[in-house]
Amino acid sequence: MATAEDVKKLAALARISIGEAELEKFTKEFDSILAYVGQLEKLDLPKVGAEKPALRNVMRADGEPHESGKYTEKLAAQFPERDGDYLAVKQIISHD
Amino acid sequence: MTKAPNELTIVEAARALRARELSVRELWDACHAVAVAKNPELNAFLEIFDADDAAIEAAQKRIDTEGEKAPVLCGIPLGIKDNIMIEGKIASAASKILENHKAAYDSTAIAKLKEAGALFLGRTNLDEFGMGASTEHSAFGPTKNPHDLSRVPGGSSGGSAAAVAAHLVLGAYGTDTGGSCRQPAAHCGIVGFKPTYGAISRHGIIALGSSLDQVGELGKSAEDIRILFETIRGHDPLDSTTNPEGLYPAPQVPAKLRIGVPRHLVEQEGVDAELRAVFDAALKKLEKEGHTIVDIELPMSSYALASYYIVLPAEASANLARYDGMRYGLAKRGQTLLDDYLESRTEGFGEEPKRRILIGTFVLSSGYIDAYYRKADATRAVLRKEFNDAFAKCDVVAFPTAPAPAFKFGEKSGDPVAMYLEDVFTVTANLTGMPAISVPMGSVEKEGKQLPVGMHFTAPHGAEALAFRAAEAVEEVRSA
Repeated sequence: MATAEDVKKLAALARISIGEAELEKFTKEFDSILAYVGQLEKLDLPKVGAEKPALRNVMRADGEPHESGKYTEKLAAQFPERDGDYLAVKQIISHD
Repeated sequence: MTKAPNELTIVEAARALRARELSVRELWDACHAVAVAKNPELNAFLEIFDADDAAIEAAQKRIDTEGEKAPVLCGIPLGIKDNIMIEGKIASAASKILENHKAAYDSTAIAKLKEAGALFLGRTNLDEFGMGASTEHSAFGPTKNPHDLSRVPGGSSGGSAAAVAAHLVLGAYGTDTGGSCRQPAAHCGIVGFKPTYGAISRHGIIALGSSLDQVGELGKSAEDIRILFETIRGHDPLDSTTNPEGLYPAPQVPAKLRIGVPRHLVEQEGVDAELRAVFDAALKKLEKEGHTIVDIELPMSSYALASYYIVLPAEASANLARYDGMRYGLAKRGQTLLDDYLESRTEGFGEEPKRRILIGTFVLSSGYIDAYYRKADATRAVLRKEFNDAFAKCDVVAFPTAPAPAFKFGEKSGDPVAMYLEDVFTVTANLTGMPAISVPMGSVEKEGKQLPVGMHFTAPHGAEALAFRAAEAVEEVRSA
């Protein structure tokens, strides 16, 4: 059984706030979803997935995929806050 | 012509365009006018685009000069699910968190469609980020089923399915992570397809579950689906998960198919009795046409949905971590940087993304990952083997696309697990990475309305041609 505290903790890990009003509903649903997916627990599976997969190189050759700066303005135009071509964010490390 | 231009199939329209019975402009105007008239009621489109005069003229010129050599999709108006990026257009994934997000580049699929001369009528509605089976989870209101406005069109590509079914467009693209093209196609009475994992580039597609997602096709016939698929398939240097040519052997496509039916799945609890009767009747007709029905067993399929609802939330929670209010999309600002993240994500995500992010965070957390995620992955490997073994006895595997016809709005919204059960049949193809198609097999009557139901075929990896052939076989017996 998940508790409201568990759900709160997961939400904090996922950078989401769950209000008190929603918390009870989410906790209840969380339990019913886990009960459903938990049916896998009783499965005793042969180890078919354990053998080595057939590997192939999926990397493209080194090089420039497109000319430098091609998308800069389009991407920077969507920044919530910009300083020239830089993305402006709050100070992360404080000095006091 | 007896049909209005917007009611044609892609193949019919392409022929009419080349025969000069119809101009690209007339075709566009017909679709656009019907879309503008019907969308307030259906909400299939989140945005209907204005005519792109240059593209319309270019398509017409190409058909005039190249004739039969012009790509079939040249001049054909299509619907594009709003999680597929078209440069300069909003791509919101039907989420508040991306409501103002403008695509900075074309997805590879769109680039290929532009090259083929296809036209885009608008952005179609979906469940937020593709999370749902009804479009009720769209942040911009649900889409209605054209066959009965009190019912859902299915989802998540419900907008694309409703747009094709109501003849607002000739065909549409969606994405399919657990059934998101096939289940709405079944509920709306059209054909829906999910190709082999890696057949189509996902560069420029808003990710949901990266080991499951594929771009899918929705159309009025299996022949149209084949064209929609062929136009955008292929290896892409910008997506390392795309398959190189020749990864899978080209399938032999016999005229008469061996159709494998897992009776234990078809007869499980929760499958509508009338729907099952339609399924059995369709199989009988196929048998009469010389196709063979083979009994097969896929025991692990009973655990497929449980496995899916571990893998998907896990991958979704990782994919959705990128929406943090920093670079694009909804950006709330609080006291600290942490507040910026919390407020943007809390306000930006709807209930279902939050639910799945929480589940995903849980199943990936230390102490639980073996019991859940790794167990689900192992289940998936066994399921893949079962299907591959079954294909020694049959060419395709058949079952109903969804356990029942389209349900009513609100019927399942109080119970997430009931909603998840909509995908019980379709998720198997995403978990195994195999191509799968839903084709209309008939209808069942509910409360005086005829509601379409779909037959679902799964084919081996790379054997799209077998899936198309099976769908055509159903179309043949239906019209006979």
